[in-house]
Amino acid sequence: MIPLRLISRLDIKGPNVVKGVRLEGLRVVGNPRDLARRYYEQGIDEIIYMDIVASLYGRNNILSVVAEAAEDIFVPLTVGGGMRQVEDIRAALRQGADKVAINTAAIANPGFLSEAAQAFGSQCIVVSIEAKKHGEGQWEALTDNGREVTGKDAVDWAEEAESLGAGEILVTSVDQEGTRKGFDMALLAAIHDRVGIPVIASGGAGTAEHTRAVWEAGCADAVACASVLHYGDYSVPELKRCVHDAGFEVRQ
Amino acid sequence: MIAVVDYGRGNLFSIARSLAHVGATFAVTRDAAEISTADGVILPGVGAFADAMAALESRDLVAVLRDVAAAGRPMLGICLGMQLFFSRSQEFGETRGLDIIAGEVRKLPLKNGGMRVPNVGWRKLDKVRPDPLLEILERDPMFYFVHSFVAFPDDGGGIVASLPINGVDATVMVRRGPVAGCQFHPEKSGLAGLQLLARFAAMSGAQSGATRAA
Repeated sequence: MIPLRLISRLDIKGPNVVKGVRLEGLRVVGNPRDLARRYYEQGIDEIIYMDIVASLYGRNNILSVVAEAAEDIFVPLTVGGGMRQVEDIRAALRQGADKVAINTAAIANPGFLSEAAQAFGSQCIVVSIEAKKHGEGQWEALTDNGREVTGKDAVDWAEEAESLGAGEILVTSVDQEGTRKGFDMALLAAIHDRVGIPVIASGGAGTAEHTRAVWEAGCADAVACASVLHYGDYSVPELKRCVHDAGFEVRQ
Repeated sequence: MIAVVDYGRGNLFSIARSLAHVGATFAVTRDAAEISTADGVILPGVGAFADAMAALESRDLVAVLRDVAAAGRPMLGICLGMQLFFSRSQEFGETRGLDIIAGEVRKLPLKNGGMRVPNVGWRKLDKVRPDPLLEILERDPMFYFVHSFVAFPDDGGGIVASLPINGVDATVMVRRGPVAGCQFHPEKSGLAGLQLLARFAAMSGAQSGATRAA
């Protein structure tokens, strides 16, 4: 088993980090700079910035946030939201991002994924899937931060994204997101079994046990947390200790 | 002064920020004269091997980098930058590399139920041999990896550290005289990575001393 990779996910709207429940009812929880700095000092393994209104407004205001973080935060930074063309990716990487997360533009035009993977390498292309359950063992991929339905099966789409050159899949359960009631383990397992690239679990972390459960089940290769850290329920070391105490390796 | 080679294919921003953080004197440059006379050279790189070699060739930097290695000045290749030091790569057909270290770059083997490729995340180094770049590090540090290809030195020589991946010992740190390479990203590996870069700066005599070490 690989060591735990614990990611803090910061959903960004304008100048703020926000958090909702099932991607709705957004509340401001802090500023990106302070939260990223706090998690870095606590030993977070990676940070994901998600501009959750970029698709809606057709603009990117997140790059200055990333550039500021990259000044003195020396762990991988992933940026998502509004990545529509190769130039958007290039701009994000130039500002200090290591990887970009793509959802809406990839579903609208899967060829964009191949183009991006060829231009920058698969290792920097993360496909973000927002999955909503619509039956037993069935999930639909949504776009525009959960606002638009696509008719695409989330698990099939994960497999297609891998074949198009994605290097990782970020799986967000829209049903669990922000509820702090645990991950959608069946969704994670379904996608993890279907693809050979790393899968990042997102949506639902509310306790350290939720993170440990993902690691014990082996249904993801990284775990992204938001509310559980933002609201101060747990610190990064507390989340890691729980996984470590179950016999897994973590970075101190 | 350390020259960070700018050929349009690396995470220059993060490497520059890391070097500044540890108080190294450096310049991000594509200027052959500046690279030739630098006290140390860092070759970054992300993306595809052939594309990166083409970028070095179009900027007339291939001979410059070989000369720096031959002159015995410290060099550090990071990720794809390390792979470029080798003789050739099998990524998208065979491509010649800088050939400073004899060996070949190949795709990581796949294995059902094994480690996933790309290999992404934090790993401890395995079978570590002493190296000046690792001297002041904490015990068993973890470094951040993100790669699908890895180098295989021809004679198994010069291997500083490896990672067991799906049945092979993948070479993730290598040294041939003054030339070192790491498959991981020290600029993205927290304190351990900063310490490694601080060591490289010290070995290059490119430490201002004015700012704090990692």
